[in-house]
Amino acid sequence: MKREEIDVLLMRAPGTNCDLETVRAFRDLGVRAHLVHSQRVFKAKNLLDYDILVFPGGFSYGDYVRSGAIWAKEMEYRIGKEIAEFVDTGRPVIGICNGFQVLVETGFLPGFEGRSPEPQVALANNSHGYQNRWIRMKNIGKGNCEMLRGVPEGQVIACPVAHGEGRFIMPQDKTEEWLERLYDQDQLVFRYVKGDGGYAEGSWPENPNGAYHDIAGICNPEGNVLGFMPHPERAYFGYLMPEWTKKGRPDEYGDGRVFFESIVRYVEARF
Amino acid sequence: MKFNAKVYVSLKKGYSDPEGETTANALRGLGYTVDDVRASKAYEVSFQAEDEETAEAVLDEMCRRLLTNPTKDDYSFEIREVR
Repeated sequence: MKREEIDVLLMRAPGTNCDLETVRAFRDLGVRAHLVHSQRVFKAKNLLDYDILVFPGGFSYGDYVRSGAIWAKEMEYRIGKEIAEFVDTGRPVIGICNGFQVLVETGFLPGFEGRSPEPQVALANNSHGYQNRWIRMKNIGKGNCEMLRGVPEGQVIACPVAHGEGRFIMPQDKTEEWLERLYDQDQLVFRYVKGDGGYAEGSWPENPNGAYHDIAGICNPEGNVLGFMPHPERAYFGYLMPEWTKKGRPDEYGDGRVFFESIVRYVEARF
Repeated sequence: MKFNAKVYVSLKKGYSDPEGETTANALRGLGYTVDDVRASKAYEVSFQAEDEETAEAVLDEMCRRLLTNPTKDDYSFEIREVR
């Protein structure tokens, strides 16, 4: 598929943010990015007109009940069937921050046996309250998440987090078993790391929210549904990186570009 | 029949509760002897159901489907008929 024919759907809802940054990142890569209010999508039910589906960050519906819960349930009863069909086609579904919370609440992540009717894991309230800071994360995937094959294994990406609920936890009686399962099925994609690339090992602020095992992002067993708390779109251009003033001039692109480039290249080659 | 319910949602024991811990620290700062605080959320739900048994079942389903994430939350509710 030609790059200029790739259509990305970014759904927005009351309270989402960073949607424009994400649109800009995709458009910079030469694909068509469409920012559409979720109510329009609910009416049109035309998800299959798009090649990539993105749930952006923010605080949909004011984070009422739990982050992402209301939007997730709305999605479930309005276009649950359409989203499931989209996922089944193997096309990429990406949840950034609030989008990750939505994918957990809709049961698509971790989705050990396909979509679960109730959330299997949780993104609980942070150990240190709301965190808006730069972090580093490392791609530890082995290739199951094909859309990220363009991000070299072990590559550290610096980008911001901005959330109050992002502490990845699993049921207490299944935590160790499921961690093994995440590794076995190559579903662990991003972990928080320190400046030297070593894992944060739960230490704050490198692990900004107290996430179990420094987990920042996971994918489904099939690898095409991906969710993570950090915001690579806020690190797409060089002038968004925090230390460019030390160099006098910013680089053209920041750490976040490799992430978007990888997804676009994957869709170009696969579909 | 009309029912009114109060639903309480709190983090399961064993998970750290930063909001509760911070609140406990603040209360201690104010001079109170506080062993522990667990933060919780409360909802008041008014709804209709055929009978009390059905009302309990429906409310329980509401809790599991939206008001809680079963991974991390415990919940309880009090339900009463409104005449």
